[in-house]
Amino acid sequence: MRLPSIRMLAAGLGTGIVVVVLLAGIFAPWITPYDPFAHNLDARMIPPSFMEGGRPANFLGTDHIGRDYFSRLIYGARISMLIGLATVVTSGLIGITLGVMGGFFGGRVDDVVMFAITCRLSIPLILVALAVVSLVGSSLSVVVLTLGLLLWDRFAVVARTTTMQVRNLDYVAAAWAAGCSRFHILTREVLPNIAHHLVVVATLEMALAILLEAALSFLGLGVPPPLPSWGLMIAEAKEYMFFSPWIIMVPGISLFTLVLGINFMGDGLRDMLGATRDV
Amino acid sequence: MLNFIARRALIALLVTMTVLTISFALTRLSGDLAFAIAGPQASAADVEIIRKAYGLDKPLVVQFVNWVTSALQGDLGRSFLYHDSVAKMIMARLPVTLTLGLTGLLIATLTAIPLGIIAAMREGTMLDRGIMTIAVIGQAMPSFWLGLTLIIVFGLKLGWLPISGVDTWQGYILPGIVLSFSAIPALMRLTRSGMVDALASDYIRTARAKGLSRMAIVLKHALRNAAMPVVAISAVQLGFMLSGSIVIETVFSLHGVGYLGWEAISKNDFPVVQSVVLFLAVVFVLLTLLADMLNAALDPRLRTQ
Repeated sequence: MRLPSIRMLAAGLGTGIVVVVLLAGIFAPWITPYDPFAHNLDARMIPPSFMEGGRPANFLGTDHIGRDYFSRLIYGARISMLIGLATVVTSGLIGITLGVMGGFFGGRVDDVVMFAITCRLSIPLILVALAVVSLVGSSLSVVVLTLGLLLWDRFAVVARTTTMQVRNLDYVAAAWAAGCSRFHILTREVLPNIAHHLVVVATLEMALAILLEAALSFLGLGVPPPLPSWGLMIAEAKEYMFFSPWIIMVPGISLFTLVLGINFMGDGLRDMLGATRDV
Repeated sequence: MLNFIARRALIALLVTMTVLTISFALTRLSGDLAFAIAGPQASAADVEIIRKAYGLDKPLVVQFVNWVTSALQGDLGRSFLYHDSVAKMIMARLPVTLTLGLTGLLIATLTAIPLGIIAAMREGTMLDRGIMTIAVIGQAMPSFWLGLTLIIVFGLKLGWLPISGVDTWQGYILPGIVLSFSAIPALMRLTRSGMVDALASDYIRTARAKGLSRMAIVLKHALRNAAMPVVAISAVQLGFMLSGSIVIETVFSLHGVGYLGWEAISKNDFPVVQSVVLFLAVVFVLLTLLADMLNAALDPRLRTQ
């Protein structure tokens, strides 16, 4: 650690971004000046107030049917954070269970877990997610569940390897000797000692889930309109982007900044908690 | 070695069988396929006609066995929409996706390997940190938005490159750049860590003691040892890029396999959907098998695992 300052700076910046977006999402109804669904056909495609032709009433302008872009952006933050967190909880539950089982029991159980991971990795992620959402019908919960069922692989891989490392340590042997049950050892000895690795995976997966939701919504098979998902905002703005590039920049830069913030935060956590580098 | 390959091949076969099952189950998620194809306005009689015509009136088990046996013979059925052989449709679209994937891989390796080497040579310095930060930034870029932005800047404002289609080879440049972003971070990290390990080893010290130039040491001795894992992971990354190119193909209107899959999904063309899923999975399985063999050929320790 010769130059901790840059890494600390990035981690601080990242955490700051995530906190701001989270707060914006939670307090969206109080921050937004307008209803994100209210359209006004007399005020379409107004550029942001700091650009030529903008007006102070709409800080980030309005979209193609005159909805206030800033209000939609803030509500979009709510959707991104919701999807990111809910997906991580779902996929974390699946992946950690599988990975810990494989790493702890080894043998046949581990073979099955490894096989499941291999199968999951070979399945084309976006295509299958699109197909599922299209067949089951698009809604917020379908998107969360689909992504949750698909994004557990990295949790499983990391939980498996770290459990294998912890399994043979002295304190686990001591717990065995003290007559603790298998369940007790798994939940009280193994899990707490691999948790810091899993927290880092959770940040990576959250970032990935947010990007994937945006991609699905962009392709028209994610969050259903008129909900203001950032990916959907870019999709709706696509046909106007040649004349008004700002209209895809506003949600695009927001998405990029949030994902970058989460990744920076994850890197910071990795350094702070001394988690594994190879995930 | 033979034993190792046989075991890997067996696993690959088992994975393929699992994907065959998953792809079949996937398209049955909606419950009634015939109803989904006919659309909400169709009468009950129309739905029945469709059910019969597409063989959906047979028991699920029969449909499944038919799907597996014909798929194993390379027959993926017929498209509901175009009444054409699905296998033929995929093969017709494959060159676009393959060219795109290889362009992406080429751009990714040409960027990631030199940057990884530089980062390793300057390990722990500002330069190293800066380069690795680029990897994090690349990872955070939403591919479809990056694609649209490049279209605006290089297609519209500067007018250097075509904004969609692949009538000329230039059409592959922008989508290739976007696709490469997904592979660069992994390739860069692996190159860097491999080079850091190699540069710290005894044979490098010997080479240095012999008085070899720094350039010769890095390129001839260290890189040769760090290269194989990078080549192997490139195969895996190509697999990820081929199956992930669906978004980029849609943004740039490239009529490849991914676009075919997306089109089929939005038009309820189920034989095409399940076949594209199966096809991309099998390609991925073969590429990882190749990567496993490359790694095993290099490192005998892996073969006994």
